[in-house]
Amino acid sequence: MLLRTLFHLAALLALPPLVVGLVNRTKAVVAGRKGPPLLQAYFDLAKLLRKGAVYSRTTSWVFRAGPVVGLAAIASAGLLLAMGGAPALVSFGGDFVLFAYLLGLARFVTALAALDTGSPFEGMGAAREVTFASLAEPALFLCLLVLARATGTLSLSGMLGPALPGAWGEAAPALVLAAIGLFVVALAENSRIPVDDPNTHLELTMIHEVMVLDHGGPDLAFILYGASLKLFLFGAILSRLVLGHAGGGLASEALFFLGILLFAVGVGLVESVMARFRMVRVPQLLVGASVISAFALVLLLR
Amino acid sequence: MASLVFILVVVIDLFLLASSRLGAAIRTVAIQGALLGTLPILLLEERHSLGHALVLAVGALAIKGFLIPWLMFRAIREAAIRREMEPIVGFVPSMVLGGIGIALAFAFSARLPLPNGLSHAYLVPTALSTVWAGLLLVVSRRKAVNQVLGFLVLENGVYVFGLLIADFMPIMVEAGVLLDLFAAVFVMGIVMFHINREFSSLDTEKLSALKD
Repeated sequence: MLLRTLFHLAALLALPPLVVGLVNRTKAVVAGRKGPPLLQAYFDLAKLLRKGAVYSRTTSWVFRAGPVVGLAAIASAGLLLAMGGAPALVSFGGDFVLFAYLLGLARFVTALAALDTGSPFEGMGAAREVTFASLAEPALFLCLLVLARATGTLSLSGMLGPALPGAWGEAAPALVLAAIGLFVVALAENSRIPVDDPNTHLELTMIHEVMVLDHGGPDLAFILYGASLKLFLFGAILSRLVLGHAGGGLASEALFFLGILLFAVGVGLVESVMARFRMVRVPQLLVGASVISAFALVLLLR
Repeated sequence: MASLVFILVVVIDLFLLASSRLGAAIRTVAIQGALLGTLPILLLEERHSLGHALVLAVGALAIKGFLIPWLMFRAIREAAIRREMEPIVGFVPSMVLGGIGIALAFAFSARLPLPNGLSHAYLVPTALSTVWAGLLLVVSRRKAVNQVLGFLVLENGVYVFGLLIADFMPIMVEAGVLLDLFAAVFVMGIVMFHINREFSSLDTEKLSALKD
């Protein structure tokens, strides 16, 4: 049991940059390119960690705290999430609220650090990020409520745990809708293509990238690692939700990591076949995800 | 299986309320029509006759899935329009309104008194929410093409409701309804052509400026 917990902890800390690599590799293959190596994200992190950081004189401790607190918040959210076939390290009734707001805290400190630079451009990025996040949050909560209602438990481990196969038998349509809603939220929260382009450096269209322009060196490494960790967390939720909980043996471990792989490929495919939406269309997508999840909840409540 | 089709029909309603591209909307209405075509077969029970269900399914699939979308595509090609620019009710509000209507339909449909036993729990709420979405589309869009699409969605809802009483409905009535729908779309196609020729746009607002 202890060994398994350690294994999950190691996977949580080590795998996220690989997921980013998988997404990029999928995009490259679909576009007919060779693409960067799978481990490129690790090389980037290692490079950034070796560098020093330059801080503007107008910034205060808020700017320096941003990346550290953000990464810590996302990593703690990871502890609440059940991986493989085992329950989560920390689990209690209602911990999905803490999960959502730890991700919210990470976003808050990043936006605060962006505002602290005093650059109007970063302020604009922060405004965009929190606007879209405020629309994604209802969708996330509605999806989690659907899960709570379908499985009859209030902790993330319970929602994605042994009660899930039974819930799939009874309320498959609602769970499919919730999975679609969660996927849209995952794309929006991780600034993926229909919402934001992680590769763009065109000033007027960037959302997430704008906020981190002034960070460099280890700070930027923390931010990039935190972003990949967040992507991994959403992949983990979706993997458990869709592929279920196969008993809890080695099979469920394999199924879990297969699910993460499929999630990465899915995100890559979406990024390859879709163009990003115009800024005014993004709220429409997120409200649509909320309406679909609300519909799933109504299906369960009737 | 049938419940999945019902859910898809409702999700398509939501998508239509949110989409501004006419081509995508027409294709989606066609998919909705084709999905509805499978319903008589999926809901088939012992006491129904297979022939009746097959005729219903094939008729709906041919007319709703292929013939009408083809007419609509012709209409937008000749009028050379691609998207709804300024709906009277915006896309997000109309999607939220649609969501509220769907939630109410699913919450309260179980209390409705119905003539015979329900063949499927989702049948009535799907019918009501599709009718509601169609109504919203008809009243909240400016372009004639979208209003015709709204009418089609409305009729799709009525068709789902009709499945409830398929036992009592003679086949001639079904055929008459489908023929009516076809004639209506045909006439609306001609009307659209004339609106387009008169004003060189398909905006129905301009009709209110007509004078002798």
